[in-house]
Amino acid sequence: MHGGAVQQTGTSRRALCCGTLTALCCLPALRAQAALLADQPLALAEVAPGIHVSQGVHAEATADNLGAIANIAFIVGSAGVAVLDSGGCALWGRRLREAIGRVTPLPVRYLVNSHVHPDHIFGNAAFRADTPEIIGHAKLAAALAARGAFYLDKVKAALGPLAAGTEVVPPTRAVADRLEIDLGGRTLRLQAHPTAHTDNDLSVLDLATGTLLPADLLFMQRTPAIDGSLNGWLAAIDALRRIPAARVVPGHGPTVADWPAALDAQDRYLRRLRDDVRAVLKAGGTMEQAVDSAGRSEQGQWRLFDDYNPRNVVTAFAELEWE
Amino acid sequence: MPSRRRLLLSAGLLPLAIAAGRRAGADDADDPWPDIKASLFADRPIQDGAGILALEAPKRAYDAAIVPITVTAAIAQSDARYIQAVHLIVDKNPAPVAGVFHFTVESGTATFATRVRVNEYTNIRAIAEMNDGALFMAAAFVKAAGGCSAPALKDAEKAMASLGKMKLKAPDSVILDRPNQAQLLISHPNFSGMQFDQISRNYIPAHFVQDIRIRYADRVIMTVEGNISLSEDPTVYFSFVPHGPGEIAVDVTDSEGMKFSQAWPVSPVPAS
Repeated sequence: MHGGAVQQTGTSRRALCCGTLTALCCLPALRAQAALLADQPLALAEVAPGIHVSQGVHAEATADNLGAIANIAFIVGSAGVAVLDSGGCALWGRRLREAIGRVTPLPVRYLVNSHVHPDHIFGNAAFRADTPEIIGHAKLAAALAARGAFYLDKVKAALGPLAAGTEVVPPTRAVADRLEIDLGGRTLRLQAHPTAHTDNDLSVLDLATGTLLPADLLFMQRTPAIDGSLNGWLAAIDALRRIPAARVVPGHGPTVADWPAALDAQDRYLRRLRDDVRAVLKAGGTMEQAVDSAGRSEQGQWRLFDDYNPRNVVTAFAELEWE
Repeated sequence: MPSRRRLLLSAGLLPLAIAAGRRAGADDADDPWPDIKASLFADRPIQDGAGILALEAPKRAYDAAIVPITVTAAIAQSDARYIQAVHLIVDKNPAPVAGVFHFTVESGTATFATRVRVNEYTNIRAIAEMNDGALFMAAAFVKAAGGCSAPALKDAEKAMASLGKMKLKAPDSVILDRPNQAQLLISHPNFSGMQFDQISRNYIPAHFVQDIRIRYADRVIMTVEGNISLSEDPTVYFSFVPHGPGEIAVDVTDSEGMKFSQAWPVSPVPAS
């Protein structure tokens, strides 16, 4: 998910009077909102034994959706829980934590951040009390350092006082290549990828069920957003395809999908983008010309296409013109 | 070069310069152009650019950090009359003078293109300065925001490893004695100094391409004074007129004093 696309709302009375501090005058309103949310417990789908997924909406992050626009999963072993990404704000992270508590009394031992984008990392603060190991790609810490303040400002602008308590919480453990963690008779294989969706993508494979959770290395339904390397992402798709998984939980889209067929649409879109941009470059065309034409044939296939495809074309052009 | 212009080009000092100007008159608060204009050109008249140059920019930018700008010169460069410089201004950027592009008769045409960061909805202006000092302006309004503070470096490790590397794209057949268009790409983060490092609690220091000199067969074609308003991996499309075989030679200096040079041989052929 592309960090730059968080949307500004800010028209509520709450937002006008509170900014980012929880002023006394606003606590009743916040409590009311929190109570309302508590009445609607987080919807979870158990896509495989012990693997629970909360489905993200295909929208920009707003106060209405609390930035819950990505698929968030947690996996339960016999000794503990691994949370795979934490959502778009601390308040939603607390909802997730409550939902985990209703499923199992076991402690959250691991919090895995798949990559730096705000819809995946900003619920981290909600898990402080659990003191989990926070695991990310070896390049996640640097990406958070460089981008965290910018993303936090965007979340605060979009969510207003509902962003209260949201902070940048960096990883405590880095994965340079591969790491296996044990949830108690349940091994998760974490794999760091070369630059693809971002330069800090980490995927998870649950060995017990053969469920692959590649986070935003796989978009379904929602237009994939390139924030790393187009060529790198195509290479990552080829690498992922070789994993003999039984099913996949995409970073955006349905809670579970068939593997490896789930890759096909994204593969087709990224190849189309690459081929269209290369054609413009070969003809000596400009970035503006590419934006008008590249990827157009995919328009009916993806949600939020007009919001993300042109930007993808800009990114792809700036990458491929060096070829 | 005029010290006032270098002041405005220097990212660190510019906010002070503009703020001082704004305090002078309340109705100037929203429109920085009068102050920028006064600082760059004093009270020299600026005429409408029709017939001299045109500016193309997207009405709404898809990526505020990479906004393509094309300036098309309507006149050819000749000894009698030529565009000696184009000042590219992004009114509402912290560093509004995105670049000053200097041309010679050897350029053939002062048509050029580049990509800029746009920090908020703004006018973008191209002001051509003729060899006789006359000024002509073309402008466009661009809707974009956050370009100067947006996350940089999609692949941080690769960017730092290739810092200073350049690529030149020229036509397969370069034609003798005619303007030919080429594109220079410079791998450089062009850090704006406006990104806040969450861990070190400091701003990531500005580090940007400051001077670009393009020569063909040892004659200067174009020089660019740039700053943080140019996009990451600064690029410029430019024109040159070869009268024989030679090299396109590029020398770049950045704000840290780092220097990069690269040259590409060109074998032009006669027009068929």
